[in-house]
Amino acid sequence: MRLTDLLTPRPEGLYCPPADAFIDPVRPVDRAIITHGHADHARAGHACVLATPETLAIMAVRYGRDFCGRAQALAYGEALRIGDVEIVLRPAGHVLGSAQVALTQGGVRAAVSGDYKRQPDPTCAPFEPIACDLFVTEATFALPVFRHPPAETEIATLLRSRDLFPDRAHLVGAYALGKAQRVIALFRQAGYDAPIYLHGALEALTALYERCGVALGDVRPVMQADKTALAGAIALCPPSAVQTPWARRFPDPITAFASGWMRIRARARQRGVELPLVISDHADWPDLQRTILETGAPEVWITHGEADALAHWCESAGVRARALHLVGYDDEGEQSDAAA
Amino acid sequence: MNRFAALLDRLAYEPRRLGKLALLAAYFRETPDPDRGWALAALTGELSFKHLKPAMIRALVVERCDEKLFALSYDFVGDLAETVALIWESEPSRANAALSLSDIVEGVEATAKKDLPALIALWLDRLDENGRWALLKLITGALRIGVSARLARQALAHLGSASVEDIEDVWHAASPPYTDVFAWIEGKGPRPQSGAVRFHPPMLSHAWEERDEALAPEDFAAEWKWDGIRVQAAAARDAHGRAHARLYSRTGDDISKSFPDLVEAFAFDAVLDGELLIRRQGRIESFNTLQQRLNRKSVTAKTISEFPAYICVYDILSENGRDLRTLSFQERRTILEDFAAAHADAPIGLSPLIAFKAWEDLQAARADPAHYAGDSAFDAVEGVMIKRWASPYLAGRPKGHWWKWKRDPHTVDAVLLYAQRGHGKRSSFYSDYTFGVWRDDAEELVPVGKAYFGFTDEELIQIDKFVRHHTQSRFGPVREVTHAPDEGLVFEVAFEGLQRSSRHKSGVAMRFPRIARIRWDKAPRDADRLSALTALLRET
Repeated sequence: MRLTDLLTPRPEGLYCPPADAFIDPVRPVDRAIITHGHADHARAGHACVLATPETLAIMAVRYGRDFCGRAQALAYGEALRIGDVEIVLRPAGHVLGSAQVALTQGGVRAAVSGDYKRQPDPTCAPFEPIACDLFVTEATFALPVFRHPPAETEIATLLRSRDLFPDRAHLVGAYALGKAQRVIALFRQAGYDAPIYLHGALEALTALYERCGVALGDVRPVMQADKTALAGAIALCPPSAVQTPWARRFPDPITAFASGWMRIRARARQRGVELPLVISDHADWPDLQRTILETGAPEVWITHGEADALAHWCESAGVRARALHLVGYDDEGEQSDAAA
Repeated sequence: MNRFAALLDRLAYEPRRLGKLALLAAYFRETPDPDRGWALAALTGELSFKHLKPAMIRALVVERCDEKLFALSYDFVGDLAETVALIWESEPSRANAALSLSDIVEGVEATAKKDLPALIALWLDRLDENGRWALLKLITGALRIGVSARLARQALAHLGSASVEDIEDVWHAASPPYTDVFAWIEGKGPRPQSGAVRFHPPMLSHAWEERDEALAPEDFAAEWKWDGIRVQAAAARDAHGRAHARLYSRTGDDISKSFPDLVEAFAFDAVLDGELLIRRQGRIESFNTLQQRLNRKSVTAKTISEFPAYICVYDILSENGRDLRTLSFQERRTILEDFAAAHADAPIGLSPLIAFKAWEDLQAARADPAHYAGDSAFDAVEGVMIKRWASPYLAGRPKGHWWKWKRDPHTVDAVLLYAQRGHGKRSSFYSDYTFGVWRDDAEELVPVGKAYFGFTDEELIQIDKFVRHHTQSRFGPVREVTHAPDEGLVFEVAFEGLQRSSRHKSGVAMRFPRIARIRWDKAPRDADRLSALTALLRET
């Protein structure tokens, strides 16, 4: 059989004809398989949704219980057959519940990775490479300038700044799903056990992480803290809140932003960030290459991001590559997650 | 190098002027000679390595990195030094603490041109990412960290009791690494000799508002607001009788090297305030023409003859060693008129006054400069200036003395056709837009201009997203954006004027186009037609 009989790009998203299902469709469809809970991949309004239990829980927090007609949970590693196709979800290491979708039919396997990373993350299961004939990858940071440093060194930079300015608040912009909780967990790993303050937009998802067994220590709503408690404190908020009146309650805050984009100075300066923290939930350039080689796939499709660069590298590595330029996926969930 | 790299890094992220001053002062206080002097030279643009060129850096990097991947990365990052710093794979085992700024300056000096690439590669290997970035910024000579030469000198004043005026005074006679200047400021040495020509901080204006029309018109002079570059021309003889001449930008950067044709003709002892423009056969050209000269990397004889520079003077700050700044504008104007008459052969001309009785007269002049100023000056006028006859020349932006009253821009609703990634501050966003209007005789959009400013950072993110989600095709760094009658993005484009142009398919070229508003509410079919623009051509 041909690969395109198993998987094919359509305007709604990637489509698997034998299962009659779309993966991360950007428009409402009858059957959707959702890789992870970021708003650009997990949209409300599908008739049936198949995803990990954690992703379904995230969607319910974001969109309400009735976010779809029928939700079906599939745990990592369990197999589900629809017609001739076997569907298995494997950890993608991106955020809690994030999964790669392995589709196998007649001995041919396609793996759709969604967004993924290879760096360790205390808040989610690590990425598992899937041996496959077709690997579908993102390319958010697919340029050789993107080499993410270990997240621990970035956290150490912030803690040093906190020691240097003990009277100022450190306001860290972080996406509401995944990044915020990972940053909190990293602070805890670094031995920081003081209360960490949260913007209201981060509370529900952070509480969900804790319900799912991710220990995050003493986290408190900013709303309930008085100004004196915020001096020297670390607070997390959606990136868009850093420049709003909400941030005025903090004493002389230092603004930080945790994102892979912070590797580019101009990006940090564009946002008025004083303390850029290069912490990303996407694979960097070396990890994208490593992952593609580990899957052993002779063909790679690239969904979104810097597809031209990754396709160029694939060709030089003897891997057939196709840039799909799928529309509707944000880089690092920038817009939608800030609003959630 | 560590310390200098850390300084540049922190300056790049420090948005506040006072914060920048504090960082600079702390660096100068804590760093020994001659390192701090070399750093000061780098910050004030006095340090240049003539054999080190961006092309050499590019050649070095493509030896180690796939050329196409480098090009894509550079396109994304928008800054050569930063791209190379990030892409270079160094050996982290080699510490960089030992490499000082002086090592770099002396190392380059002592190395033959042909051996320089190897030396730079060695340094890049030894430095960490931040150090590489600082080194490459130094080499490529474009720091772009929001520090003007004047700000750096202001930081010097924080070190001791010398005022910034004192420092300006000795500055142009001093040379890197300025050990005598530092010693003097810190009270450890004598005052270095004064420079013959120093920069005087210019007087700036406020925007004219309707309520200002309550002022009595007879207390004010009016002149054209020229659409060029504000400059200060300073020339004098020193104690030894040697002639010195300099041209400064309004921030105090010495731009003499870019305009040798002007500076060579400064045969006077005076400091003049005026507008740098291009004048050809007696006609003052538009800012577009000036821009063409500014875009040239090197100034050749051809550049000079093709784009002859000219200064339209409107104030005089000193003459023959006499400081005129405490005199009234009226008194200075008389002196300036005499000066201009005496130097009629220099590429310098007097900015004429506009006669007016009531504010309505000025309103008319501003609305129709062609009628008032005569055709030859029309292209370079962007409004009028209003100055109090009694005002002294005051540094900064004092209230109640000078006003600018700009022309209202024209606007047109145009459709986004192509987008390209920006450089510098806007790098990695699609921030350069080509837009078009509908032909009169066909349902076809024809490009009429390009704009890359006028929108807020937030709007930029929205437009960038729109571009990414509505890309029809890609040509290298350029994306063609969907522009059908019912799908596409409409901009309200503001511009200052229109010229016929054979270079553009539409036959017109806009002056100073910028995005005034994003019309999310409009469909492309509601955008303007070319006749809306060509009608303007007939008007003027």
